[in-house]
Amino acid sequence: MKALTLAFAALIATSVAASAAEDLSEPLPPKDVHWSFEGPFGTYDRAALQRGFQVYKEVCSACHSLNRVAFHDLVGGKEGGDGFFTEPQAKAIAAGYKVPADPDDKGNTTDDKGNPLMRPAILADHFPAPFANENAARANNGGALPPDLSLIVKAREGGPQYVYSIVTGDGSPVPHGFKVIDGKYYDPYFPGRNISMPPPLRNDSVTYSDGTKATLDQEAHDVVTFLTWASEPKLEERHRLGFGVMLFMLLLSGLLFLSYRKVWHDAH
Amino acid sequence: MSGPSTYVPKSGFGRWMDSRLPLMRFAHDTIITYPTPKNLNFWYAFGAILTFMLGIQILTGIVLAMHYVANAGLAFDSVEGIMRNINYGWLIRYMHANGATFFFIAVYIHMFRGLYYGSYKSPREVIWILGVILYLLMVATAFFGYVLPWGQMSFWGATVITNFFSALDQIVPHLGSAIATWLWGGFAVGDATLNRFFSLHYLLPFVIAGVVGLHIWALHVPGNNNPLGIDTKGPQDMLPFHPYYTVKDSFYVALFALIYLAFVFYAPDFFGNPDNYTPANPVVTPPDIVPEWYLLPFYAMLRSVPQKLIGVLVMAGSLLTLVFVPWLDTSKVRSTRFRPMMKQFFWLFVFDCLILGYCGSQGADAALHMQGFELPLVWVARVATLYYFGFFWVVMPLLGIIEKPKPLPANISQPVLAAE
Repeated sequence: MKALTLAFAALIATSVAASAAEDLSEPLPPKDVHWSFEGPFGTYDRAALQRGFQVYKEVCSACHSLNRVAFHDLVGGKEGGDGFFTEPQAKAIAAGYKVPADPDDKGNTTDDKGNPLMRPAILADHFPAPFANENAARANNGGALPPDLSLIVKAREGGPQYVYSIVTGDGSPVPHGFKVIDGKYYDPYFPGRNISMPPPLRNDSVTYSDGTKATLDQEAHDVVTFLTWASEPKLEERHRLGFGVMLFMLLLSGLLFLSYRKVWHDAH
Repeated sequence: MSGPSTYVPKSGFGRWMDSRLPLMRFAHDTIITYPTPKNLNFWYAFGAILTFMLGIQILTGIVLAMHYVANAGLAFDSVEGIMRNINYGWLIRYMHANGATFFFIAVYIHMFRGLYYGSYKSPREVIWILGVILYLLMVATAFFGYVLPWGQMSFWGATVITNFFSALDQIVPHLGSAIATWLWGGFAVGDATLNRFFSLHYLLPFVIAGVVGLHIWALHVPGNNNPLGIDTKGPQDMLPFHPYYTVKDSFYVALFALIYLAFVFYAPDFFGNPDNYTPANPVVTPPDIVPEWYLLPFYAMLRSVPQKLIGVLVMAGSLLTLVFVPWLDTSKVRSTRFRPMMKQFFWLFVFDCLILGYCGSQGADAALHMQGFELPLVWVARVATLYYFGFFWVVMPLLGIIEKPKPLPANISQPVLAAE
């Protein structure tokens, strides 16, 4: 018995030693976060989508584009569509952005001062990118390219958990013995743990109009919900239709099984 | 085997047509009266399941091709357009992408079933060889299809696979590179490559459908093998295909479709690689380039050989070996049920393929850690590759000589009755 206890203690000691000697060159596994859109009946939390959109608009969009999302995608609810704003709300949001305009009646593409002609965006337009091209984006971000966010949740191993961990882990205290590369930030969830993105969110980065307290976790949770929606806007429709299809297939399989039993009853 | 036709046209038009183009007679003899052994089990439903999946892939593929743009600058956007803006485009595309996965699940079960029950043995060698051709056509079609979304893994997968040909440079200088350039239609994977891959991806499924016709034709001459592997002795052993096997196959097709659709609706990206949601970028190489899961065993064999040309030859040889299986197996007994030694080697072979798949899915320098002992996976893959070839070229010919099979039943009705 004593030997067993001793062996057990030794086992615990080695496992503790193993966890203490964390491999700092490998990223940590993503945090275990739960979402409203998980599971076969999951749906997007409309309020979280609206708050998450606010976080994207006021924080992320300074550097990250959202090329594949159009303003009409934001429309949802009674009018149909997969979005989370009414049509007038979405129109008002679009009008707040400027996009390149067509040449005017005289064929001019610039105004008197030589600036390109711009017009307010309409529902058919996509979100304009913060930088004119890749070189401009790199020049403004210390050589790093902020990725487009339209598919970010589907384009990363770990999906929403990973994006949430990156956003909340950025700027974590640097462990003893780890050297952060000049001009980079410490993020234990990022491959190599050196990330070019400055810590994007902190408490009260935004002020929510619905009175929700804007903690770092709340903001991250909301913006990842929004980005998951941007990556997979048809998720709710998929879950809804899937339920009906599963019921139908179960019924069909059941009926076919009974037919099979009946047809084969006297076969031998 | 099929015997004289029993078709009797019921209408005047039917009689008129029957003496000109006996299409109804052909259909009647093929799917209604075709005599089928009465003891076919669940594992024999995968032929019908595969036919169903081929139909799904062709139908969804034709619709996808209406919206897809085979242009390196537009392909990724057009696929995302299908996902976001086309009515039910997400459903059609997820059905097609997961359809490929479930097509391969079905074909692997179908192939292992053929191996287990000795369905490749005389007089069914041609059915088996046509099956191997069908499998190779499926692999080619799937590879071309995976390139079309023009994501990172599409682009780099295409680059790695087409570069296999440049290994030929080691035999004749510049020959391999010249072939690669010819395949690409340029000096790297690019727009010309994407266009021709799309053309071939659209063509090959119809070639597959044609060879499926030959596969079934060749099946209907000697008739089905069965789990006992003994020849059927007469009408008392048989049942007409309809309604017995139409209803049995329909049930299993529905069950298979249920699982397939569960993935389509609830885990559509489960078998996918996240990197393929990033547009192709020729100047950024992904950290790990991995093929789709159904090619991982062959990828593991390729990587287990340090020399590129030999690696490519080993991989090609692993597929080519299948053609010779009817003659490598020297046993007189078809079904593994009556072959106690073969049974063990067979399941070891199934396990071996899974091990190879696992090795292929891991990074090139991955290792197993066991109590301070480190076993590089490349060595696991080497042993597994050796067994893969050993199973076909050593075990199969040898067992036929040294194995003492169990006694065979006199006819298939006997054990069927005995089981009740």
